[in-house]
Amino acid sequence: MDIEKPLRLEDVVELNPTHHFRWEEPQQAHVLLYPEGIVKLNETAAAIIECVMGSTSIAAAAGVIEARYGRADLMPKILAFLEDARAKGWIRIKS
Amino acid sequence: MPKDGSGLSLDGLGMPLWLVVELTYKCPLKCPWCSNPVEFERYRNELSTEEWKTVLRDGRKLGALQLGFTGGEPMLRRDLEELVEEADRLGYYTNLITSGVGLTVDRLRALKAAGLKQVQLSLQAPDRQLNEALVGLDVFDHKIAIAHAIKAEGLPMVLNIPISRYNIERTKEFIELAEDLGVEYVEFANLQYYNWALLNRAELLPTREQIERSERLVQEARQRLGKKLTIYFVVPDYYDDRPKACMNGWGAIHLTIAPDGTALPCQEARLIETIDFPNVRERDLAWIWRESPAFQTFRGDSWMKDPCRSCPEKERDFGGCRCQAFLLTGDAANTDPVCAKSPNRSIIDKLVGCAKHEKPDGSNRLIMRDIRKRQSHADVE
Repeated sequence: MDIEKPLRLEDVVELNPTHHFRWEEPQQAHVLLYPEGIVKLNETAAAIIECVMGSTSIAAAAGVIEARYGRADLMPKILAFLEDARAKGWIRIKS
Repeated sequence: MPKDGSGLSLDGLGMPLWLVVELTYKCPLKCPWCSNPVEFERYRNELSTEEWKTVLRDGRKLGALQLGFTGGEPMLRRDLEELVEEADRLGYYTNLITSGVGLTVDRLRALKAAGLKQVQLSLQAPDRQLNEALVGLDVFDHKIAIAHAIKAEGLPMVLNIPISRYNIERTKEFIELAEDLGVEYVEFANLQYYNWALLNRAELLPTREQIERSERLVQEARQRLGKKLTIYFVVPDYYDDRPKACMNGWGAIHLTIAPDGTALPCQEARLIETIDFPNVRERDLAWIWRESPAFQTFRGDSWMKDPCRSCPEKERDFGGCRCQAFLLTGDAANTDPVCAKSPNRSIIDKLVGCAKHEKPDGSNRLIMRDIRKRQSHADVE
């Protein structure tokens, strides 16, 4: 498998360009659509993806999410989710 | 059908998440494993542009998300661009499933401008000669050129390779070709034996050893290529001892509309002659999906007989494939005979035992997809 460096807080991540992320009214959830696939995201996963897509870094996105949920300890969970999302090919580091 | 590697496991909340529209049964190719009905020429009354648009709109209302334009060869429909545009406007993720024949750079650009998201291109052999022998037309060079064009347009692409005894020994070359082309996904679609493939089964079915070797090469390539190339390997179910979770269950998340407007739970289902499938020209799509007897027939598990009824695995595989049960046992409600627990498993064992070990000695033994002589239907019509 690819040997990839772990994500760092200063990394900027983006959605894989083959993937589409959007709110889907009938599902009452955010979904990811890509070739041959559909993933329905839970609220937290969708919030993280939404934030990192519009942020200048993972750290900045995490700040927004922590503020939204009134928590200061979410960084490890956010990083773990993003690593998982990258392994699945949903997101990548913006070059 | 869910594919190995796709991780597809979905609760559609009762919605037809995957809509497949077979725009036409016409196709310039003569693939001897075509999934279209053997008597495809009987269904000539294709839906009009406006009728297809109604299907697309009604499908979205029912919650459909992924949309496959297929056929036959969908490029034969001159209104494809118009339909893709309408589908994109409605919010579908649009996929074009094509042989590449009829696809030009101009039409590709028009399709992309109309909102097309992905192309699935079929390739039958890693060289020109074998490809021509298998599809009956010299189209290999065009397919390769169009694959490059798809990449040049920046569209994600799945290379779909129907695998049989005729090309299974070429697994490595296919992977190298996919790497060269720079595609994101390759699908080794081991043939499933329905319709034309069923007619040619004895000639097409590979041996267990061949499948194991092919899968091993795929595994090695996955290790080596990682995320650069995602390889799906559609399991050839005859060699399994449990059935595939066909379509994630009957009428669960898949809806196919045939060229003449017949609504089906999968692309093969109209071969089950004992079921009267509804048509979008006669009934509203919401009624068809939610209430029609055809879509209700095998929903849930109350229809199951033993061994499925009392099986702890019934929620995993839904009893397998109804079409396969019908074709091989004569009753669509029977357990898929692929299952080792099926009293009919010996049918599969016998077929597998007959898989030819010698190399194919030429494609002239294959019955190519073509309009069949009318007299062959005279007695049934």
